[in-house]
Amino acid sequence: MSTLLSVEGVSKQFGGLRAVQSLTFEVHEGEILGLIGPNGAGKSTVFNLISGVFPPDDGRVVFRGADITGDPPHQVARHGLARTHQIVQPFMAMTVLENCTVGACFGPLNMHLARGRAAAREAAALVGLDDRLDMLASHLTIAGKKRLELARALSAQPALLLLDEVLAGLNPAEVERMISIIRAIRQRGVAILIVEHLMQAIMNLSDRIVVLESGRKLAEGLPVDIAGNAAVIEAYLGDPGLAEKLRSGHR
Amino acid sequence: MSGLTGAASVLRRPFVWVIAAAIGFFAVAPTIGADVQLRESLLLAAIYITLASNLNMMLGYAGYVNFGSIVFFGLGGYVCVWLINSEGWTLAPAMLAAGVSVSAVAYVFGLGVLRLRGAYFGLATLGVNEAVMAFVTNFTPWGGATGIYLSTELFKPLGGPRAALWTIYYMLVAVMGLSLYLSYFVKVSKLGLGLLAIGQNESAAAVLGVPTPRYKAITYSISAFLPAVAGGLYFFKSAFIQPTDAFDLTLSTEAIAIVMLGGQGTVMGPALGAFLYEQLRGWLLTSESFSSFQLVIAGGLLLAIVLFAPEGLMGWLFRRWPRMKRVFD
Repeated sequence: MSTLLSVEGVSKQFGGLRAVQSLTFEVHEGEILGLIGPNGAGKSTVFNLISGVFPPDDGRVVFRGADITGDPPHQVARHGLARTHQIVQPFMAMTVLENCTVGACFGPLNMHLARGRAAAREAAALVGLDDRLDMLASHLTIAGKKRLELARALSAQPALLLLDEVLAGLNPAEVERMISIIRAIRQRGVAILIVEHLMQAIMNLSDRIVVLESGRKLAEGLPVDIAGNAAVIEAYLGDPGLAEKLRSGHR
Repeated sequence: MSGLTGAASVLRRPFVWVIAAAIGFFAVAPTIGADVQLRESLLLAAIYITLASNLNMMLGYAGYVNFGSIVFFGLGGYVCVWLINSEGWTLAPAMLAAGVSVSAVAYVFGLGVLRLRGAYFGLATLGVNEAVMAFVTNFTPWGGATGIYLSTELFKPLGGPRAALWTIYYMLVAVMGLSLYLSYFVKVSKLGLGLLAIGQNESAAAVLGVPTPRYKAITYSISAFLPAVAGGLYFFKSAFIQPTDAFDLTLSTEAIAIVMLGGQGTVMGPALGAFLYEQLRGWLLTSESFSSFQLVIAGGLLLAIVLFAPEGLMGWLFRRWPRMKRVFD
């Protein structure tokens, strides 16, 4: 499988805090890679470093063979990399359709307005917002805004989608729906890098998992291996002996 | 072929005709009975509409409050008057040169100033105006603090002073019309979509791929062109320009009040606001006891609008009659 995104020895420091330390991982074409870790592990910082919100202090980010290290966000987007925000950021006074049209028109395909609107409708339909195209974003529910965030990113027809906690704050029915939407997106050949706190969901969705702790990579592998990894359980639960106890209890 | 169908689809938009009607009114009304007083009042209204419509592209679309927008008007006036007076140019090329050169300067300023956001941007635009005024005040080729006087001889090519005033009026009406069309076509274009996104949430817009630095600088530059041309025409008409008139922040403030009054971000709002404000101003100026009382009113209006109707007149109308939005927006 060929590499779509490679993060090579990337570091970022905020004052005295080493948010990310020489982190290396790859996202392959068409896969869902889960990025997990306790609060403050540096997951959102990794997203910001990849999408160009701020540049890394060290290391390289290579996307589809192009070095995008330190490129501003609008240039990163043009390469075909789209993201959602942990705290949704819709254009409140614009309609659902207009929100998505922005994503389509300024994405990698540089569509003109008419074509952008068509792509926007399609993306809105994929997340189930096609009946609310003319509604103002500010009038959507939280779940609706989360789906809009996703539709807006999808409208660009990206090669890689970064999803930052799209399941947080949703009720179980909404979570189910969102998971099936994410699966549908992957069916279209879009690779996904996902940060999520809902363990069951991310273990189910992901092909592979990277675990972060204090800005370092703690483990990497298939979901089954990660779920049984003593160091990972320790990082989450904080008790060195707990992993062993849990495992013996299970078997 | 696609150009033809494009033109046809443009003509089908009702708004294009709304603007045409406004231009028609300005062009015809004062000619009935050669009403010079009405012409002078409408001339000022046309200038206000030009300034407000262009300001609206930064303020209403992109959400950047430009307190020093008058610098374009003043600088355009200086370039035009100087080219005519010292270099022997005629009015038409001189005013176009004013527009082009001020646009170019605005683009360069824009790339720098537009890195700032919010209040810092507002302060920087005040600074740009003050800096340009200080420069011109000390720039001897442009007459320094005393400014430049034009000889009335220069009106001769336009058929003498009386005919020249009418010609200048029609030219300003044309500049006003172009401002409205520009404002409209920017709004319905991809540039406009990007600007509206910037106005809502600049970081999110950038993440979606909107080239924010370039779009803002382009808009700053575009919105400088027609005010500069209007400045050229206005100061040619006055036959006199000096720094305190050219870079008078009063006009900047009035332009902001007008945009807010009419409804920021709408195409027709600034025009409506400008027209009403000019009428109000004319009415207040006729009372001898209050000189410049319109400024007190403008300040009060601005305060009332920001507090009670931040969407302005058009916003209020659209909320009352949502169907109007299809024709007027």
